[in-house]
Amino acid sequence: MLWEVTIRPRGHDSELARITEEYALLSHSNERVLTGSGRGYLLEGQLTEDEAGRLCRDLLVDELVETYRLAPLGTTDAEAFATVLLKPGVMDPAALSVVDAARDLGLTLDAVRTFRRYYGPGTPNGLLRKALANDAIEQFVQGPLHLDHLAVGKPYEFKLLYVPLDGTDDDLMTISRRGQLSLSLEEMRTIRDHFRRVGRTPTDIELETIAQTWSEHCSHKTLKGIIDFNGTRHHNLLKETIFAATQQLRREMGADDWCVSVFEDNAGIVKFDDQFHACFKVETHNRPSAIEPYGGANTGLGGVIRDPLGTGLGAKPVCNTDVFCFAPLDMPVESLPAGVLHPRKIMKGVVSGVRDYGNRMGIPTVNGAVFFDERYVANPLVFCGTVGLIPVNCVVKAARPGDLIVAVGGRTGRDGIHGATFSSAELTDKSEKVSGGAVQIGNAIAEKKLLDVILQARDQGLYHAITDCGAGGFSSAVGEMGADLGAAVDLDRAPLKYEGLSYTEIWISESQERMILAVPPEKWDTLRELCASEDVEAVAIGTFEQTGRLKLRYRDHLVGDLDLHFLHDGRPAVVRQAEWTPPAFDSGEYRGVDTPRSPIVKIDANEALKRILAHPTVASKEWIVRQYDHEVQGGSAIKPLVGPHEGPGDAAVIAPVLGSWRGLAVGCGMWPRLGDLDPWAMAACAIDEAVRNVVAVGANPARVAILDNFCWGNTDRPEVLGSLVLAARACQEVALAYRTPFISGKDSLKNEYNAPGRRIVIPPTLLISAMGHVADVRQCVSMDWKEAGNALYLVGTTKNDMAGSFLHLISGTSGGTVPRPDLAVAPRIFASLHGAITAGLVRSCHDLSEGGLAVAAAEMAFAGGLGADLTATGATGLPDDVELFSESPSRFLVEVKPSHAPAFESAMAPLPVTKIGTVVAQSRLRIAGANGEWIVWASLEELRSAWRGGMRIEAK
Amino acid sequence: MTTPRVLILRAPGANCDAEAQFAFEQAGAIVQRLHINRLRENPDLIQRFQILTVPGGFTYGDDVAAGKVLANQLSCFLGDALRRFRDAEKLILGVCNGFQALLKAGLIVPPDEDGPVATLAHNASGMFQDRWVRLQVFPDNCPFLRGIESMLVPIAHGEGRFVCRTQWQLEGLLQTGRAVLRYVQNPNGSQGDIAGLCDVTGRVLGLMPHPERHVLPTHHPYWTREGLANEGDGLALFRNAIRYFH
Repeated sequence: MLWEVTIRPRGHDSELARITEEYALLSHSNERVLTGSGRGYLLEGQLTEDEAGRLCRDLLVDELVETYRLAPLGTTDAEAFATVLLKPGVMDPAALSVVDAARDLGLTLDAVRTFRRYYGPGTPNGLLRKALANDAIEQFVQGPLHLDHLAVGKPYEFKLLYVPLDGTDDDLMTISRRGQLSLSLEEMRTIRDHFRRVGRTPTDIELETIAQTWSEHCSHKTLKGIIDFNGTRHHNLLKETIFAATQQLRREMGADDWCVSVFEDNAGIVKFDDQFHACFKVETHNRPSAIEPYGGANTGLGGVIRDPLGTGLGAKPVCNTDVFCFAPLDMPVESLPAGVLHPRKIMKGVVSGVRDYGNRMGIPTVNGAVFFDERYVANPLVFCGTVGLIPVNCVVKAARPGDLIVAVGGRTGRDGIHGATFSSAELTDKSEKVSGGAVQIGNAIAEKKLLDVILQARDQGLYHAITDCGAGGFSSAVGEMGADLGAAVDLDRAPLKYEGLSYTEIWISESQERMILAVPPEKWDTLRELCASEDVEAVAIGTFEQTGRLKLRYRDHLVGDLDLHFLHDGRPAVVRQAEWTPPAFDSGEYRGVDTPRSPIVKIDANEALKRILAHPTVASKEWIVRQYDHEVQGGSAIKPLVGPHEGPGDAAVIAPVLGSWRGLAVGCGMWPRLGDLDPWAMAACAIDEAVRNVVAVGANPARVAILDNFCWGNTDRPEVLGSLVLAARACQEVALAYRTPFISGKDSLKNEYNAPGRRIVIPPTLLISAMGHVADVRQCVSMDWKEAGNALYLVGTTKNDMAGSFLHLISGTSGGTVPRPDLAVAPRIFASLHGAITAGLVRSCHDLSEGGLAVAAAEMAFAGGLGADLTATGATGLPDDVELFSESPSRFLVEVKPSHAPAFESAMAPLPVTKIGTVVAQSRLRIAGANGEWIVWASLEELRSAWRGGMRIEAK
Repeated sequence: MTTPRVLILRAPGANCDAEAQFAFEQAGAIVQRLHINRLRENPDLIQRFQILTVPGGFTYGDDVAAGKVLANQLSCFLGDALRRFRDAEKLILGVCNGFQALLKAGLIVPPDEDGPVATLAHNASGMFQDRWVRLQVFPDNCPFLRGIESMLVPIAHGEGRFVCRTQWQLEGLLQTGRAVLRYVQNPNGSQGDIAGLCDVTGRVLGLMPHPERHVLPTHHPYWTREGLANEGDGLALFRNAIRYFH
């Protein structure tokens, strides 16, 4: 019997409000085409009407706030306009929970599907449909539902498929393209030659395995390949720049080396205290988020959480970070490229996706940022990071011959097939339609259960190695873990979500919430019982063996047999050309950093300050921050919003071991505005910003580890790759100068949109994430001004380097000198400031970034509810607007009690420090210009309201 | 008097269990965390403890409604054991998701002949919210709150709007001293500004805010401004629970 339960809210209908707003955005019309919404369940099983009614009352419906309608499936629901269901096979966590919860009530359900229903006249145009459903994962049905059964899948008939590679080059490329393998001609030829030598035709699963392993996503072949750049050759760019810097720092630190495992495991590991090391990984999930923002971000965070969990023998996640890049939220619908979702829809979906996964996992999301630029319209960027703590004796892992290959966690379905190769391709106007298979929804509770049992199993020593199933699924996880050994896998043993998967689909499926363990046979029973005791599925799907081969079997048929040496080392080196032509500059003085200058547009300083505060990139992110639980786990010491009036903190601090005051500061830096002008400066400024953010709250600059995430356009084009080479070189130079080791990283290339007549390339975007040690969180400082009468010091040097500044952005000026950190002075500033903070000489501290001094002062003022009188002009003799709004790096605004002023000044000497004013009790900020007149005079209320309203989350 | 033993109930998706354990340990208790499957196998395990805590989190993903699946499990499998536990003069605490589960299991306000009397629904804002709130405390006969007048604690929930079936039932709860915790500034649209509620005995307390997140002085949102206190406001609640057995 099939039942249909429709549940409607009494009172406020928030889903109706959401859809009404979205429809208005798409249609520019306030026409009320819907009158209400409902949600519901389709129930399949031997249930009488009475039993179904009991299920509604006892489980599904909260009658104090909802009404419901129970009817046989397909009964006409009066006034219903349409029903939206997840497509069959898409993860539906609530449906799974209902099956289990019904069993608790003594009722057996065979299958459940959830749906949303909308009431009202509707409209015939496609815009409403677009507002109601996302075709990538959802079905849209008008009229009554017609379904015979809910269960998905049908029996699979085994047939071993071979892929002959004996045709022409064109044939090879057709095979690559049709199979979504993303393999180049040279790679296809190499595979063909390999199988010719072996003397047989490859099977489909062998070709897929090679494609997954050789994908840009899994092998980073561009940045680890050969790059010819303006006459010099990099044999492995990452190794020669970023890794090299870390290696040099480790050698120089000698016995003080605090790196533990870098660029080796799923996350980079550094020391934390005597018991634990800390690890950190940041990933991107850009393409899935472009197509299905909720699911893309959801599984992006779910995936990066499994990185620390799959690092060493498993780290406990202690906090998350998220950084997003979107197009402006008020972008007109008409200007969107074909097949692209509106940025507001993308942002809301992404924020909800991160929220629902992070909050459910019980991991605080403590730090992030959002950047807006029109060029992110088709390629939004979604960075998610996770910090974990790992016991000091759990760093080393290695599968041993004879170990069982155990799959733990979620079941395998058709989800995400070709995710790894998909993320290595460009988006087009068809992506929304053809790429749906690569998009998924996560099931956070499945991952939370997995986390709970893994940490127990780790502490009981039940396995030798662990890794997560990410891109490439089993194929990548087993292939990597067994790379030095060999493995034999029986694919038919993998538990499936539904029937019908081929052996190849099982092998490359990217279903979420799965980990692979190497389990010694004598521990297998204990592990299986532990998993069963908390309702987590664990199945042995094969064995690691010392054969040097990857053997894949399905129902006793050998379907794949690959030489691991060829699989991991057989890929032909990628050779790419790179070039960089700096924008022509007009001064000729300063190497490559001056750019063509447009006439400078003057804006009144008061007005400019408010406009910068209201720029969405600078404006309050409270709407996002409050939706994330940033305090779960009880370690919060400095929160994302600080002060009685909630200003933007520079970095968050957690004390992750309850009962210990030792902390971690987590921050980030990004400077995409400089990417087009000077990629070297862009990377250097991003590192400077990430480091100064964590130093500003109290992290020790000698113990800051950083991570890189490169998101670039299509690096097949030399000018795109050239800017990346310069950024990587900057990473090396600055990391060495600041003595901040890179410990992990990830790249996402080909962030371009190509449709006939239209190419949109993202600005070169390098995210630097920083994690710094705090010896005692009780020494931390926040950025809100504390007491009237305290002195305000500008630390660092302001220069006339306005290129890429927010003043230029809001005034429509371009060009000028590009800011670059002074690599000799910056680390000394960080060290001295840290000394002053730990000595208790600093009452508040804020870094100067977007909008420079004026914005920093305004934020500190309204966060603390106190004003100030400042004099912008020191001895430098710069124009007022430069003093106010220059974004020169390595600068801070610091509040010091008058009694501590001499000690602070001597702690900072001989570095550039200028006393520029005093905190006052009045709620207004005044800043004097060179001629002594107040050029800024604004109430805290007007500054704060400009800042709070700037994101423009709701449509006008 | 021996040190009271606290049972923290783990369930799939519970995620505030470690900090709840820390808070009780700071207050001087012996704490054990147990998975609900162990209690389902042997409901009498619970009787070895003096205090039961259902911690915050997203049990079973909050699928269907927050805490609802766990609530059904508490009623179906542990109902008798829980009532015996309460009637033996012991204490039960539900925080956030734990409050949602205890309330929906009928352990704080029992259902009447017309069904459930009260629930916790989606916030009026329609959104999950993490923010600090000031609570006014009406300790009356609730041992957890003895001597506490006010607390600054964070909330972090999407479904914390307290709703009663009728106005007279709401007034009944307010007048009989059951609404022991009330928001000074209502963050979620709760009727009667109710943040926390106890049962008729006073020994079963459920609250949406997280006292275990304000135990250390560095948890306070403005400690960098106001200086470090000796301890966080929330610790008193846990200490009271321990003292009740002394």
